[in-house]
Amino acid sequence: MPLAAWQAQRAVLIARGEAGVWLAPDDDPAALADDIERLPLIAIEFPQFNDGRGYSLARLLRHRYGFRGELRAIGDVQRDQLYYLGQCGFDAFALPDTRSAADALAGLRDFSDGYQATAQRRARFARPDLVEPPGDLGCVRV
Amino acid sequence: MYRYDAFDHRLVRERVAQFRDQTRRFLAGELAEDDFRPLRLQNGLYIQKHAPMLRISIPYGLLASRQLRALASIARSYDRGYGHFTTRQNLQLNWPRLEDVPDILAELADVDMHAIQTSGNCVRNITTDHFAGVAHDKIADPRPYCELVRQWAALNPEFAYLPRKFKIAVAGADNDRAALLIHDVGLALVRGDAGEIGFRVAVGGGLGRTPILGHVIREFLPRAEILNYLDAILRTYNRFGRRDNKWKARIKILVKERGVAEFARAVEDEWRHWEGGEGTVPEAEFDRLAAFFTDPAYAKLTADDAGYRAALADNRAFERWVGRNVHPHKVAGYAIVTLSLKRIGVPPGDVTSAQMDAIADLADAYSFGEIGVSHEQNLVLRDVPQARLFDVWTRLRALGLATPNIGLLTDIVCCPGGDFCSLANAKSIPIADAIARRFDDLDDLHDIGELDLNMSGCMNACGQHHIGHIGILGVDKNGAEFYQVTIGGAQGNDAALGKVIGPSFAASEMPDVIERLIETYLELRHDDERFVDVVRRLGIEPFKERVYGTTHSSSRDRRRLVDAAARAGTDR
Repeated sequence: MPLAAWQAQRAVLIARGEAGVWLAPDDDPAALADDIERLPLIAIEFPQFNDGRGYSLARLLRHRYGFRGELRAIGDVQRDQLYYLGQCGFDAFALPDTRSAADALAGLRDFSDGYQATAQRRARFARPDLVEPPGDLGCVRV
Repeated sequence: MYRYDAFDHRLVRERVAQFRDQTRRFLAGELAEDDFRPLRLQNGLYIQKHAPMLRISIPYGLLASRQLRALASIARSYDRGYGHFTTRQNLQLNWPRLEDVPDILAELADVDMHAIQTSGNCVRNITTDHFAGVAHDKIADPRPYCELVRQWAALNPEFAYLPRKFKIAVAGADNDRAALLIHDVGLALVRGDAGEIGFRVAVGGGLGRTPILGHVIREFLPRAEILNYLDAILRTYNRFGRRDNKWKARIKILVKERGVAEFARAVEDEWRHWEGGEGTVPEAEFDRLAAFFTDPAYAKLTADDAGYRAALADNRAFERWVGRNVHPHKVAGYAIVTLSLKRIGVPPGDVTSAQMDAIADLADAYSFGEIGVSHEQNLVLRDVPQARLFDVWTRLRALGLATPNIGLLTDIVCCPGGDFCSLANAKSIPIADAIARRFDDLDDLHDIGELDLNMSGCMNACGQHHIGHIGILGVDKNGAEFYQVTIGGAQGNDAALGKVIGPSFAASEMPDVIERLIETYLELRHDDERFVDVVRRLGIEPFKERVYGTTHSSSRDRRRLVDAAARAGTDR
């Protein structure tokens, strides 16, 4: 349910232990800080896929507020955003019906790694033990 | 320079594969135009007036000779045999076919190049001073830091869908040659009290419809925290930048609306939660990156080569070229050479494939195999032995790259404009050409002295006209192309935005307008004053009067106006 509704009935919902909250792009995740351990599910809405505020909300929820439950991306969520969404801490995606889930999931594997510290990896410079694959990939056209 | 390892290669190839599939789906109708647009922009691909335009990334303006040869080959194979160097140190191809772009990206990947994030609402190319690492006045070499920030920005998953584009520049010298204060974030390398390296951080500069100079929000940031701090700035912008109006969506608007102090506080608050954490850069990483940018094997040369001195004395044209296009180098016996891409009859910043190959050869022969790209649309050979300058000049002359006009009136910074760009209100290249033709007398040019002339074909200000000593902006007036003139702008340490002198002019009038501005300057200057110095001293009034006043019109001027109008009638 939306943040405002959740805030209105917070005590009851926490006692029940089943509620999930969804955040609009301009909601403040700090509002959930006190209850972060008791929420099984938080969803973040993307009204348009190129409204990128949800990526920052996800980063804040995972890293600053320590959210460990299911973080779901809802709204205009497409295959080509899945990899970045995953790196920002989303682990569930509600795709609009018209898109094939199987095809879309391939988007999660668009990249094998990256430079920055994310929800799924440490920064490259923090991995001095990173072993490079033997040899070069060669000039293979992909 | 930075060399890719398997890790870097893999990312670029995965990006090519990703875009190849996105293009396939788009052409097959599986991906809608609106959904494809941000994806292709983040691979530098615009759909433009005549053809798609591909903007290739040249990170902080540094190229190896093999990379320049690859660009030459790509321009030859997939385009019309030339490319255009931009004010953000990138290269644009104006005529690729959409379906060829994945193949172009694959060929770029072969030489450690790409078009990642050269457009779109994300962090764009990190730019720097084209003399980085070789000029006298350096505080620290900005290039390793540019590479660090580039890696942080590249394929950063949190900041791919910002309210608008984001441009970062880094400078490491007393003299800011990176135009820090017109960038969304300008990073100046500074030394702390104990001599340690850090950054002075400025935010919220930018041109366009609402030009603003940036404000310093932190005087000293320890270098280890630079990525955490950038995250804090970008996160604040990503969350709170305006998304309701494209013309109010840059960070400069957010900084202005919040106020600099309040914005700085918000960034500091965010940063404190991440300070010292996993984004903190270890010393080992600074060392690793610095090792890619060590000095080349400079020879021990005399500071004053006899052959060079003799050539200067004997050859007036050579002397003139050295005076404008050659800068002192930090190492005795070496020099920094600027190749002028500003020649009459050639759009500013354009280079043919044949020229690119020849420049690559020159770089290998004379400059340790590297070429620099300046944000003023010229190229730089950064480490040329003084003793070889005459040879280099001779070869550059044969290539048409030795016009002795660096920093002068005809070293015009000019966007592609209405001839190429669907965003433009007016053509820019023909105006630049007409002005250059009017002022083609080298003696006059040298007498006029240092003068930055910048031209943009529209409000987007890719030509950075606001910071020109003279700026020209193409405007649409009742469906016709007109030109608005500003004077008194400047980049660097004394950055300023130019002031409009009055109502706009027709294309045919522009050379006369510039001529009148110059005449006014020549009459009023004291000693060594440059054009911009006179504007600063006297304001725009005397210039305004001369340009718009009819009392100073001579019969020679009137005849020129009539001739120009007649010529304009037969122009393309």
